[in-house]
Amino acid sequence: MDLFLQQLINGLNVGSIYALIAIGYTMVYGIIKLINFAHGEIMMFGAYFAFIFATSFQMPIWAVLLLPMVIMALAGVAVEFIAYRPLRDAPRLSALITAIGVSLFLQNLALLIFKADPKVMPKIFPEKIISLGGVEINSTTLVTIGLSLFFMVLLDLYIRKTKQGRAVRAVSEDKDAAILMGINVDRTISLTFAMGSALGALGGILYSIAYVQVFPTLGVMPGLKAFIAAVLGGIGIIPGAMLGGFIIGMVETLTKAYISTTWADAIVYIILIFVLLFKPTGILGKNTREKV
Amino acid sequence: MDKNKRKAYLINTACIISLYLVFFILIQTKVMNKYFIGIAILTCIMIIMAMSLNIVAGFLGEMALGHAGFMAIGAYSSAYFSIALINTGIALPNIVVLILAMIVGGIVTGLVGFLIGTPTLRLRGDYLGIVTIGFSEIIRIFFINFAPTGGAAGLKGITKLVNFNNIYWITIIIIILIFTFGRSKQGRAIISIREDEIASEAAGIPTTRYKVLAFTISSFFAGMGGALYAHYQAFVEPSKFTFMFSIEMFVIVVLGGLGSLTGSIIAAIVLTVLPEMLRGFAEYRLLVYSLALVVMMIFRPQGMLGRSEFSLTKFIDSFFLRKDMKNSIGGGEAQ
Repeated sequence: MDLFLQQLINGLNVGSIYALIAIGYTMVYGIIKLINFAHGEIMMFGAYFAFIFATSFQMPIWAVLLLPMVIMALAGVAVEFIAYRPLRDAPRLSALITAIGVSLFLQNLALLIFKADPKVMPKIFPEKIISLGGVEINSTTLVTIGLSLFFMVLLDLYIRKTKQGRAVRAVSEDKDAAILMGINVDRTISLTFAMGSALGALGGILYSIAYVQVFPTLGVMPGLKAFIAAVLGGIGIIPGAMLGGFIIGMVETLTKAYISTTWADAIVYIILIFVLLFKPTGILGKNTREKV
Repeated sequence: MDKNKRKAYLINTACIISLYLVFFILIQTKVMNKYFIGIAILTCIMIIMAMSLNIVAGFLGEMALGHAGFMAIGAYSSAYFSIALINTGIALPNIVVLILAMIVGGIVTGLVGFLIGTPTLRLRGDYLGIVTIGFSEIIRIFFINFAPTGGAAGLKGITKLVNFNNIYWITIIIIILIFTFGRSKQGRAIISIREDEIASEAAGIPTTRYKVLAFTISSFFAGMGGALYAHYQAFVEPSKFTFMFSIEMFVIVVLGGLGSLTGSIIAAIVLTVLPEMLRGFAEYRLLVYSLALVVMMIFRPQGMLGRSEFSLTKFIDSFFLRKDMKNSIGGGEAQ
C-alpha cells in the first residue's frame, strides 16, 4: 500500500510536468490550429537557461525559475512572428512542416552551442525527505507539484477573469468574429505564445531537475508525451490538457512500476488510441456535428 | 493509342533507359564509388517511401505520421521470410528471393495497414495524425521487445540482395504502378474524397471503403520499401524507425507538393542527396537543412510542384518552342 501511494505521488510529479507542457500545445492549437512542434525545444532551452543561471551565475532560486520563463516567452513570441505569422493563411500542413523545421533548427542550434554531452542539472531546491504516514516524499517532488499547480491555477484565473484572457478565448472560438469585436488578433496570438512558452520553459526546468540532466534532445520525448496528453484531454481545451497530462503521467508511472518498463510507452499510446476511437475529440472535447 | 500518348511513352522510356545507362557507365568507370552508389540506393528507397506516403497524405489528404512503423513491418517480415527461405536450402536466384521477400513484406504490411486503417480512418486531421504516430511507436516498441526478431539489438544475418541494378528497375516499376493507381478509377475516387468528402459521398462513392483502400495500398508499398531497405542494409534495428523518421518522410512529401508524385520523387532526391553534400559543413549541416525547410515553406507553402505533375514531354515541347518554362512546370497535367 505504501509503495502504491509512493507511485501515485511519482505519477503526480511526472503528470504535473506533462500538464504544464501540454497547456502550451493546447493553447497554441486552440488559437491557430497548429501543432507547435517547436514547443519541446522551447522547454529544452528553458532548461539550459536555468542550468546556466544556476551554475555560472549562482542566481537565487526565484531568478533561476523566472528568468528562463521570461526569456522563453519572448523566444516563443519571436518564433511565432518570424516563422508562423507569414504562414497564417497557407495550407495547414505547410505550417506544420514549418513548425517541424523550427524544432529541428532549435535542436541543432542547441547542439552547436551546448554540444551533445548531457550536463548535470544541479539540485536547485533544497533536498529534504519528508515522511508522511509511512510515505517518504522528496521535497523536490512536492515543490514540483506545488509550482505546477500554482501556475496552472494562475493561468486559469488569467484566462477566465481578465480582459486579455477573454480575448484569447474569443479568438480561439471564432477568429473572424473576434476581429469584428475589435480584438487585436495578432497581439492575442503573441500573448498566447508567450504564456504557453513560459509554462513550457517551467516544465522543461522541472523535468530536467527531476531527471538531473540537460541535453539538446531533452524536449523530444516529453514534448511528444505532452502533446498526446493534450489530445487525450481534448486539444484546444486548457483543463483537458491538465487532465490529460496527469493521466499520462500516472499511467506511465504505474505501468513502469507494476507491469513493464519497456512496454510503458506502448501502453500510453494504446490508451490514447482507445480513447480517441470511442471519443474522437478527446475526454473533455465537445462533439461538433458536420454540416453540409 | 493516339500519337501524343505514343510520343510521351517513347520519350519517357528513352529517358529512363538513358538515365540507367549514365549510372551504368559511371559505376563501370568507377567514377561513382561505393559511397555514391549507397546514396543512390537510399534515394531509390526514399522515393518509394515518399510516393507511397503521398497516396494517403496527398491523394487522400489525410495526415499520416506513422510511415516509419509500416516500413519497419515490411523490413522485419521480409527479412524474416528471406532468412527462412534461404535456410530451407532451396536454390533460387537472388532476384527471385528479393521479389518474393518484397511481396511478403508488402502483403504483411498492407494487412496491418488495413487492420489499423479500418477503425482509425473515422478520425480526421490532427487526431488521425496523432493516432498514426501512436501506432508507429507501438510497432517500434513491439519490435524492441519481440525476441524472435532480435529485440532491441536488431535482426542480423540478412542476405544482401539489393544492388543498384535491381533497385533501379524495381523503383521504376513501383513508380509506374503508383502513377497508374493514381489515375485509375479508384485513385480518382480517392482524390475526390480529398476535394470534398460530402460531395463525393453524395456522388455515390463509398468513402470509407476508398479511404481504407488508400491506406492499405500506401502501407503495402511502404512495406516493399522496408523490404528493400532490409535487404540493402542486411541488418534492421528498431531504433531506425523512430517518430523522427516518419516526420522526415512526411517533410519530403509536403516539400515536393501534396498530391504530386513527381514532386515526391524530386524532393526525395533533393532531401536525400542534399544532407550528404552538406557533410563538409559537419555540424552546420542540419542547421542549414532545417533553415532551408522553414524558408521554403514561408516562400512556397504549396511545395515545389504544388499539385501538378512535372511532364517530360511538355517540358521538351516548351523547350523547343521557346515557351516560358513556367508553363510546363506550373501548369502540368492537373491531377
